[in-house]
Amino acid sequence: MTESVTLAIHLRERFSGVLVECREAQDEVTIVLAAADLKETCLALRDEPAFEFKQLMDVTVVDYLTYGKAEWETQSATSEGFDRAVSSNPSLADVVATGWSPSEKERFSVVYHLLSLTNNQRLRIKVNLREVDLVIPTVVNIWPSANWFEREAYDLFGVFFTDHPDLRRILTDYGFVGHPFRKDFPLSGHVEVRYDAAQGRVIYEPVDIEPRILVPKVIREDNQYK
Amino acid sequence: MPEIKSYTLNFGPQHPAAHGVLRLILELDGEIVLNADPHVGLLHRATEKLVETKPYNQSIGYMDRLDYVSMMCNEHAYVLAIEKLLGVQVPERAQYIRVMFDEITRILNHLLWLGANGLDLGAMSMFLYTFREREDLMDCYEAVSGARMHATYYRPGGVHRDLPMRMPQYNASFARSEREVNAMNEARQGSLIDFIDDFARRFPKCIDEYETLLTDNRIWKQRTVDIGVVSAERAIQLGFTGPMLRGSGVAWDLRKKQPYEVYDKLQFEIPVGKNGDCYDRYLVRVEEMRQSNQIIQQCVDWLRENPGPVLADHHKVTPPSRVNMKSNMESLIHHFKLFTEGFCVPEGEVYSAIEHPKGEFGIYLVSDGANKPYRLKVRAAGFSHLASLNEMCRGHMLADVVAILSSQDIVFGEIDR
Repeated sequence: MTESVTLAIHLRERFSGVLVECREAQDEVTIVLAAADLKETCLALRDEPAFEFKQLMDVTVVDYLTYGKAEWETQSATSEGFDRAVSSNPSLADVVATGWSPSEKERFSVVYHLLSLTNNQRLRIKVNLREVDLVIPTVVNIWPSANWFEREAYDLFGVFFTDHPDLRRILTDYGFVGHPFRKDFPLSGHVEVRYDAAQGRVIYEPVDIEPRILVPKVIREDNQYK
Repeated sequence: MPEIKSYTLNFGPQHPAAHGVLRLILELDGEIVLNADPHVGLLHRATEKLVETKPYNQSIGYMDRLDYVSMMCNEHAYVLAIEKLLGVQVPERAQYIRVMFDEITRILNHLLWLGANGLDLGAMSMFLYTFREREDLMDCYEAVSGARMHATYYRPGGVHRDLPMRMPQYNASFARSEREVNAMNEARQGSLIDFIDDFARRFPKCIDEYETLLTDNRIWKQRTVDIGVVSAERAIQLGFTGPMLRGSGVAWDLRKKQPYEVYDKLQFEIPVGKNGDCYDRYLVRVEEMRQSNQIIQQCVDWLRENPGPVLADHHKVTPPSRVNMKSNMESLIHHFKLFTEGFCVPEGEVYSAIEHPKGEFGIYLVSDGANKPYRLKVRAAGFSHLASLNEMCRGHMLADVVAILSSQDIVFGEIDR
């Protein structure tokens, strides 16, 4: 029995009431929690000797808006080739819920990676959030290292961490509008900057880049991985 | 009583000691730092978003540009994540080559750090010495990949190609006479392995040279001892990894604790500091260079004895040989599919971490079964180190800010991503 299996068993025993899900794949354990149970569970995970996850390695967010949706749909072919690189407005309604993506239109997952130095184990915590209710309690008072990671998650995805001591934007420009790592934010952005000699200052303009897909996203069923 | 206001100083973003583009807002009371607020993001290139729009193989080059002084280590974490999801077995020779280049990269990184740290604290000559050795190591990069820095050498399933049998040579020019060039080319007569072997033999002497200049130097010690002290417990809470954590006395190294590739077959020690100050972090990094050198020597010995394939025989992921591609229909199809569409990675999510020269460098990869990553998150070691700069600087003098920042080994390519 590998270590990750043992950890998964321990977690299921200890947190049977709060675990939405506990997955074990590729020697990694993932637990899914509800936002309301996060603080209590994290404290237990940090302090109980069976776990001792003293280090928070990473906090990030995954946007499941276009999960499992291919850009390549060949339905018709003409003498000029296939219709391809289909770009449509993304909508969560088309996403096929699989075991890995959250269900019931929960668009975002906040992902925490923990490390236990004493037990030499890693754990991933996921909290699924709906787009209308992007609020989650902060874990800064449990792991101080969460401070900047949560600022980054707020900046890039717009997840709001309640009781965070200093929830400012961190990576984007001063005065930036929007949350650039969301799947419905275009790769080239909305504005571009240049120096305007006439006005004698740097000005913001709408981008004039035509977004295009060079290699379409293709999803293929491959039986060798089944 | 006159009211005394603290003084706000804008440090950077164009400051030579800011190690790139860091803007620090310092609140000072006289020369004492009350508060340091780092503003990062000036080098933000949205690597993680760009990666989502490209097939897996086309993003290896982006990894080089994250932490641009330890290029191959970044690639390593990325290809490990893909391999973990695909379940591809890497040939042993490729594993040894990767480990050898990881350690070469570690020396490259620590040399740059040592030179820059010296420069920040007034030991100007260090930079010249460390760059002399860096030059040789970058030639190894060049020999193996054609590029001196951004190598794109690691591939899912192995490395791009085997170690070359000859080294690039210097040519005589108006600036260098024939005799000088011959002396410079002396170590380059054999294969790359011979050159690395030769380097590993003379490198410990070079480290001794650096140490004579710095380790017992009174000025050096005055600038670093008891500066920026972090206790072991606090270092863990703040999410420190790598030399920053070990400098505080925690013997944690992923190469030993969660060995990847062939690190469990190699002999090396983990240096650990005692006080967690800038001086201890310096000592830890210098000793790490010696240990890396030992690992390189062991890899050289193994690689000499054991020829073999360096890329997995799995043509959904790795390109077929040129000869097969020209003569075999199936190989031609594999080649075409791989270079147009790329390969599809099965659905799932993994986190792969390696012991990067700066700490734990992790890649969190989410795949929805497509030929592009669905989401990729780079866990950069420097990010959590810089986040604690305020705490480490508080109460120190203005000049110590530079010493502390420098001892964190900050590179903005990985912090801003």
